[in-house]
Amino acid sequence: MNPHLSFNLPSDVHQLLAYQFMVNALQAASAVAVMAAVVGWFMVLRRESFAGHTLSMMSFPGAAAAALAGVPLAAGYFAFCGAGAVIIAGAAQGAGAARGAQRSAVIGVVGAGSLALGYLLLSLYGGVLESLESLLFGSILGVSGGEVEMLELVAVAVLAFLAIAGRPLFFASVDGPLASASRVPVRALSVAFLLVLGLAVAATAQLTGVLLVFALLVAPAGIARELTPRIGLSLALSVLIGLLIAWLGLGLSYFTNYSPGFFATTAAIVLFALARGARSLPRDRLRRTALSPQASR
Amino acid sequence: MAFPGFLANALLAGSCIALASGLIGWFVVVRSQVFAGDALSHVAFTGALAAAAAGLDLRAGLFALTIVVALVLGALGERARADDVTIGVVFVWTLGLGVFFLDLFNAGSGAGNGTIAARTLFGSIFGLTAGEAELAALIAAGIVVALLAIGRPLLFASIDSPAAAAVRVPVRALGFAFLVLLGIDAAEATQAVGALLLLGLVAAPAGAAIRLTANPYRGMALAMLIALLSMWIGLALSYWIGGLPPGSAVIGVAVAFYALTIAL
Repeated sequence: MNPHLSFNLPSDVHQLLAYQFMVNALQAASAVAVMAAVVGWFMVLRRESFAGHTLSMMSFPGAAAAALAGVPLAAGYFAFCGAGAVIIAGAAQGAGAARGAQRSAVIGVVGAGSLALGYLLLSLYGGVLESLESLLFGSILGVSGGEVEMLELVAVAVLAFLAIAGRPLFFASVDGPLASASRVPVRALSVAFLLVLGLAVAATAQLTGVLLVFALLVAPAGIARELTPRIGLSLALSVLIGLLIAWLGLGLSYFTNYSPGFFATTAAIVLFALARGARSLPRDRLRRTALSPQASR
Repeated sequence: MAFPGFLANALLAGSCIALASGLIGWFVVVRSQVFAGDALSHVAFTGALAAAAAGLDLRAGLFALTIVVALVLGALGERARADDVTIGVVFVWTLGLGVFFLDLFNAGSGAGNGTIAARTLFGSIFGLTAGEAELAALIAAGIVVALLAIGRPLLFASIDSPAAAAVRVPVRALGFAFLVLLGIDAAEATQAVGALLLLGLVAAPAGAAIRLTANPYRGMALAMLIALLSMWIGLALSYWIGGLPPGSAVIGVAVAFYALTIAL
């Protein structure tokens, strides 16, 4: 059966679910998208996007090392991202020793260094060419039945942590000094969040590939932030948008034979541009009324 | 001692690219434009694969797209200082677009040719022909000469741009010229160390040099020296040790230099 897209939605969905690998992929993608959207929402709030970026680069040598050592790839992803989170947390605690220009140099160096290490490990493994593309950019065939359950478990654990620590974490993120004055454990929370971020990145990278993690981690939160300033609403929107991006990516990839990563990232940037456009419209009108003499009276 | 031709080509191209990247990297770090360099490296990947999908020479796509994007970045300039969310979404889309071209290319060439992704992402300096190596050397030399020519006013504009503008240094034009040079360097370095790793060759030697000395001219010289040493040591290691890819080796040595300066 060769799948083809029609305007008949039930038939499309039926075709989509015809193969087990696709059911696996959709299940895993849904779990990961929800988790990444919520974690990403906090990440954007805390302005730690570049920490997330660095962690996603770490997962490449992680996967390659696991392949080389003959252990499940997932173990490598989680071990390296967890270690990366600990290192970043340690570096952050060691005070802002690096000045602005130097800090971005450090990020660039760490990113390039871990990709270089990953490529080295992968070359040593020998199975370079086929797996390279799916490690970096994800693949629709990437998920087996056992992995789906593992990814769902990770998603539940991460969401449970955020459900418990969400309120103090939000407080600490928005106003650190005030939070620590009212005895919120700000530093412990920031370390814990980095660890959770590492866990989430490792799980997301297994699905989207190392280089396209941001499609599910940053884009949904960024879009939701453009649309509404309200906390609960923007969290919910972020989850919905994450699911939409994941489903669009997988679905279109299934029907066209092009990579899911291309469709997911394109959906992300189109939605982002639309959200940005939508936000700038009413604000212009507001500004005009505010400047008009009637409004100032 | 036998000195294989491909190694001579790699040394010629690699040395010149390292010198150009080290020098331009010093300005990149001082001007805090590491993320512009990151953006251009992502674009280099997409450009090369777009050219491959269209059946053109890889370099045509590399140079055309990186220079165009460098001009766009220059035009946006200070006005549109992007936040990290915008940067993240745009970067990831650039890579997604690259994957699309990769798919197109693989579909077009019939057999799934996986090497092109590896070559573009991680470089293939040992695969350069003599003609390609000479061209790479010429372009890199051109970058160095151009940078030295605008070096003094660029340095002034980078360190104190209001003061430079006040004494009629063309700050904006210099910014444009610099980004275009950075784009050319990114396209060139992609062939040596690959689109994903070139940021290491630009940022690591320069970051190390800036940690070691505050003097601009000594810093530039040091950045070029460290980049050159990283290239030579990396190429030698990769040549002697089978299975060690040259891109990984070069960046590994550059990162080691940088780590050393932090430890000092």
